[in-house]
Amino acid sequence: MKDRRSHLVSFIAGLLFAIGLGLAGMTNSSKVLNFLDLFGDWDPSLALVMGGAILVYAPVYRKLRGESAPKLADRFHWPTKQDIDVRLVVGSILFGIGWGIAGFCPGPAIVAATSGHASVLAFFAAMVLGMLGQRLVARQS
Amino acid sequence: MHTDFTPVASTLGGMIIGLAAALLLAFNGRIAGISGILGGFLEAGEGWSWRGLFLLGMILGGLGLTAVAPAAVPGAAIDSLPLLIAAGLLVGFGTRLGGGCTSGHGVCGISRLSTRSLTATAIFMAAAFITTGLLRHVFGVGGAG
Repeated sequence: MKDRRSHLVSFIAGLLFAIGLGLAGMTNSSKVLNFLDLFGDWDPSLALVMGGAILVYAPVYRKLRGESAPKLADRFHWPTKQDIDVRLVVGSILFGIGWGIAGFCPGPAIVAATSGHASVLAFFAAMVLGMLGQRLVARQS
Repeated sequence: MHTDFTPVASTLGGMIIGLAAALLLAFNGRIAGISGILGGFLEAGEGWSWRGLFLLGMILGGLGLTAVAPAAVPGAAIDSLPLLIAAGLLVGFGTRLGGGCTSGHGVCGISRLSTRSLTATAIFMAAAFITTGLLRHVFGVGGAG
């Protein structure tokens, strides 16, 4: 029963996440690129998206971090890595370059791909290949 | 293409994203990092089912947006297919290598004041600002106009 309820929460969270992205304007890559272009027709909207999300999430995190377990699972899956390594730096640079070219990060790419536009589907397919490719490289090294 | 500053919709949208991530943490103890959720799902390992259901929710949300507000989900801003594919490969490879994207490092990590996430966010934001600026103002591509 707990399992079924936690699965329902996962589904609802994904649904809300997509609606939030759409309302925020993140699924429109023109809006994202206009935020990333500081020297053009600057659209500061996306700073407020991150601000709004942190405004809600940060106090919930602070309340939960002292608790032993979430409501429907055995434990919190807190990130365990602490160090700033080469992978973090290089990965973030590559991600930033890709984001700056097309204006899609992973969440908005998934949501926007459902519109069926060929351009977004091409980006999405390449993103999936990039993710699988990274795992292949990681497994071999 | 010009886009209007939308302070109310963007703040509200951001708060809904924060709420979604907070629900996932409070009930399931999971971090709402989309690159991790999609990447983990593709590897089909432990946690496959909750990631799949989260993604199913996102897809249905996207289909709902397409039906109700198609202007919110337009085609890509840039029309060069090679650039779109290169960008997709970079975003997919980079987020998995760097352990997160705008949601996992940006929203969840910054809220936890994680040094790793603060560093990652500063780096990918800087790289994105530089890339978009160069493409639009030096090379004359990148969906400006």
